[in-house]
Amino acid sequence: MSWIEAIFNILVNPLFYQMTLLSATPFIFASIGGTFSEKTGVTNIALEGIMLMGAFVSIVFTYLTGSPWLGVLMAVVVGVGFTWFHAWASIRWCADQIVSATAINIIALGLTGFLMKPIFGNEGRTDYIGRVQNIKLDFLKDVPFFGEIFYDLSPFVYLALFSVLFSWILFYRTPLGLRMAAVGENPEAADTLGINVSGTRYFGVLAGSAFASLGGAFLAVGELGSFGENMIHGRGFIALAAMILGNWNPVGALLASLLFGAAEAMNLQLQSSSIVSVPNTVKPLFNMLPFIITLIVVAGFVGKSRAPAADGVPYEKKG
Amino acid sequence: MKQNKLYAFLVPVVSVIIALLIASIIIMAVGKNPIEAYSIMISGAFGGSEQLANTLVKMTPLLLTGLAVGFGFRAGIFNIGAEGQMIMGALLGAIVAMNVGSIPSVIAIPVCIIAGMLGGALWASIAGFLKAFTGAHEVITTIMLNWIAVNIASFMVTGPLAVGSGTPKSPEIADSAKLPIVLKVQASEMSIAIFIAVVVAIIMYIYLEKTTSGYELKGVGFNPYAAEYGGISIKKSIIMTMAISGALAGMAGIIDILGVAPNRFVGELSGGRGFDGIAIALIGRNNPIGIIFAALLIAALRTGSNAMQVQAQIPDDIVSIIQGIVIFLVAAERIVYTIMQLNRKKKGSVAA
Repeated sequence: MSWIEAIFNILVNPLFYQMTLLSATPFIFASIGGTFSEKTGVTNIALEGIMLMGAFVSIVFTYLTGSPWLGVLMAVVVGVGFTWFHAWASIRWCADQIVSATAINIIALGLTGFLMKPIFGNEGRTDYIGRVQNIKLDFLKDVPFFGEIFYDLSPFVYLALFSVLFSWILFYRTPLGLRMAAVGENPEAADTLGINVSGTRYFGVLAGSAFASLGGAFLAVGELGSFGENMIHGRGFIALAAMILGNWNPVGALLASLLFGAAEAMNLQLQSSSIVSVPNTVKPLFNMLPFIITLIVVAGFVGKSRAPAADGVPYEKKG
Repeated sequence: MKQNKLYAFLVPVVSVIIALLIASIIIMAVGKNPIEAYSIMISGAFGGSEQLANTLVKMTPLLLTGLAVGFGFRAGIFNIGAEGQMIMGALLGAIVAMNVGSIPSVIAIPVCIIAGMLGGALWASIAGFLKAFTGAHEVITTIMLNWIAVNIASFMVTGPLAVGSGTPKSPEIADSAKLPIVLKVQASEMSIAIFIAVVVAIIMYIYLEKTTSGYELKGVGFNPYAAEYGGISIKKSIIMTMAISGALAGMAGIIDILGVAPNRFVGELSGGRGFDGIAIALIGRNNPIGIIFAALLIAALRTGSNAMQVQAQIPDDIVSIIQGIVIFLVAAERIVYTIMQLNRKKKGSVAA
């Protein structure tokens, strides 16, 4: 089978589109999380670490309580609490936001690795702990193509799509959204108008971290049902690229996430032997696909999309 | 001015102390004794000549990655991709080192090191070019380049370079490319690598503090617009900085293959040493001499934590936690200032 034929066969298979949706889900959550934070003027390259923490906590509480939904809830609670340190350093102490977020990423990596043994008794990867059940829409089952994509999906996929709608309305149709934009574009002016700059920024960073935690929880209790060290695998950074490509707009972030999801799905499909046979040694080269696409996108679009004017700039009240 | 210099020294020191205290609470939380843990750590890192040799061997690539990240910081660039540059440096250097045959060591060794530096420099330059010409942030591009490098490495050791069975690995490098061993204690061997790394640190110190070019570089980091107004090309400076930073990381990658058994390229080097470089640069305040001491500290933590893992069953991930907290506190150094000032006020009121 030729390469072109193989890629064509993948593209006409509904499975590819279902996998695209699933692969895009963590990117959607995390890129919206990043958008919340950066809208208010605080950069957040800690998405990777927050997602890792979310994944870990969701599995821990599923393990302890037997309820994956409780795990998801705790992932959000702990994820927000953990990110508070980044918000506090960035807003209260005017820290270098890139460096402080890097610290968050490294602490997440260390803390989850450190706690694996005491909690689960083994390192590396946990056993299967449990996962959130898929939503089965039986009436779609017999619809060709479209039905095959949608009839059996994780509720996280719907939650992610709902998050796009929710955040779009919040950003563009509510006073809070306008305040967030004001604080991110021109904090001095916003302050003069009586807007609470640091309060709004705390809201942006922490609400954003709730979404990023959901993205991490999806990878753990939504998909695999287990936790592995460093399992986010750079997705937090790809989500940042999706945020940039999406021009700090939730709908843009959704489309960019779908692009990156498609790259990941294509990689997985090319590697699955039923469609095209690839020698094992070449497989690592396919794994580069999503990262190379991200690199090209970041390089190609960063000048054309526009970040909030005060993104990454600490604000100190004068006098 | 003097006060500032004192603070510059005190902030990292106090940060490390706070991080060790917080880590001890975490150690207690999992039911272990932190005092015992830390004493195992110290004797594991410095307890005898074997331990000391291990620490110095570990310190060598850490010192070089610390210099790589620190050099970038001085010019206002956050090179978070030392990991990938180490891999590409190790890969290119190792390929050369496998093929130097019977060329005398005085030529073979420098050629291999230069090949390693070139590998790292070229890899980092990709991020440099993208930043200079498209504005793509180096944090995202270098992280992507890290993952790409990891996959290239694993392709090379399972494909074109693979030898033998079991763990993927390349062939052993030629004997003439191996660094001379200066100290041999039981199973531990120490090559001249550490001296090379220290010399590199001193050269970097002289470059940054005593040359015009180094002064320009710092100027770009301090205020890029003023520097450009003063006639320095920012684009050229970004690419050069990234390339030099990558060359240092590449050197870190190749030096371990030339100096440490089994003298093979084994793919993903990791242990997260690229990230260690960030902590080291920040603790050393991006000053090459400070970075020497910071690298020693982190190497001691790493070596000691191995002993701690074996003897006290405390996972060595604790070192990442400690590093993360130090990085956090150095980033938000005003927290540390405030803590130090509170302490002084307390002492003041007691005296009064």
